[in-house]
Amino acid sequence: MRISDGAPGARILAFGGYQPARVVTNDEVGSMVDADDEWIRDRVGIVSRRIAAPDETVADLAVAAGGKALAGSGLAAADVDLVIAATCTPEVMIPNTAPTVARRLGIPAPGAYDLNAACAGFCYALAAASDAVRAGSARHVLVVGAEKLSQWVDWTDRSTCIIFADGAGAAVVGPATGTADPGIGPVAWGSAGEMADRIFISDRGSFIVQEGQAVFRWATTALHPVARLACERAGVDPAELAVIVPHQANLRIIGAIARGIGAPQATVANDIVTAGNTAAASIPLALSRLRERGEIPSGSLALLIGYGAGICFAAQVIRLP
Amino acid sequence: MAQTEQEILAGLGEIIDEVAGVPADQVTPDKTFVDDLDIDSLSMVEIAVAAQDKFGVQIPDDHLRNLKTVQDVIDYVRRPAVTA
Repeated sequence: MRISDGAPGARILAFGGYQPARVVTNDEVGSMVDADDEWIRDRVGIVSRRIAAPDETVADLAVAAGGKALAGSGLAAADVDLVIAATCTPEVMIPNTAPTVARRLGIPAPGAYDLNAACAGFCYALAAASDAVRAGSARHVLVVGAEKLSQWVDWTDRSTCIIFADGAGAAVVGPATGTADPGIGPVAWGSAGEMADRIFISDRGSFIVQEGQAVFRWATTALHPVARLACERAGVDPAELAVIVPHQANLRIIGAIARGIGAPQATVANDIVTAGNTAAASIPLALSRLRERGEIPSGSLALLIGYGAGICFAAQVIRLP
Repeated sequence: MAQTEQEILAGLGEIIDEVAGVPADQVTPDKTFVDDLDIDSLSMVEIAVAAQDKFGVQIPDDHLRNLKTVQDVIDYVRRPAVTA
């Protein structure tokens, strides 16, 4: 039996992001619960978020973001041979999202699967994509994080309705060949299954529930060592990072993680301010918007830290396309 | 080595200044976190975690919710350690 020839490394070719059209302000979402704009900004850091249209599906969001990433990569659709859709909010379990996304983007019959690692989904999917390219299982991978959390939210529950939102982000991953450096570092991942009951949806008819305080304590203490380990595994000193992109769960968690890493020179992504918490979409959406705004130069180093329900987490250093 | 009330108060003042932006000299034993110092429950968690690092004392969430004043925290830090 042979094994496949792969690539010495993988890199990201392009990002793409999509936010639904409808902007929902703090005043609007807070009016249904006992929360005003100031309270929401102070507690979670959000100023506004986007909510998908009632008939807008997770696949729609994924196609929108994925299409932009594909366009930005310079590749033809036929060059993509694997699509990974990271989502924990699909409308149905069967069929999965990725093959539909592939078909709608005109990608002819690639490998395709969905990946549920909640808000850590993009980092897990990126690791899987990098591994596939390096192992020779795929040449070019479209990785999408797409979520419609709004369809799982109780709009009378202040602890969740002010936080969760909808959106999608995507990356095209390809080989680092020739003299190109690897652009996706080794993943540092793990889980805390003893905290499985802290963020959950009980059954198909239920809402998302989160024990905010317990999650806050865990996230602000357990993650910065994982982040530093990802840097160490990549052979990158935190002082070399241009940007740190934690999952956009809550601005205070983001701040605490960044402080724990000790890279004061790095920009810390705060996309949550105008995006809300979009689970697996949050990291690629933040990256695509940072790049669109020209806030971080091509070729610079970014540290991604995904963490979410499960609890599961994954972090890696990447080089920006 | 056991710390004095003054030392703990000073340490707590530093933590609260850093976490919540409240000047350390405003952190006096009689003040309540919520009403006097305007510190919410998420900041209390950060304060508890920082206090753990500084004073070597665990303050789990279910104990934390009973600590209403600065003095409550000082007393908690100074209480005799529970032996196994």
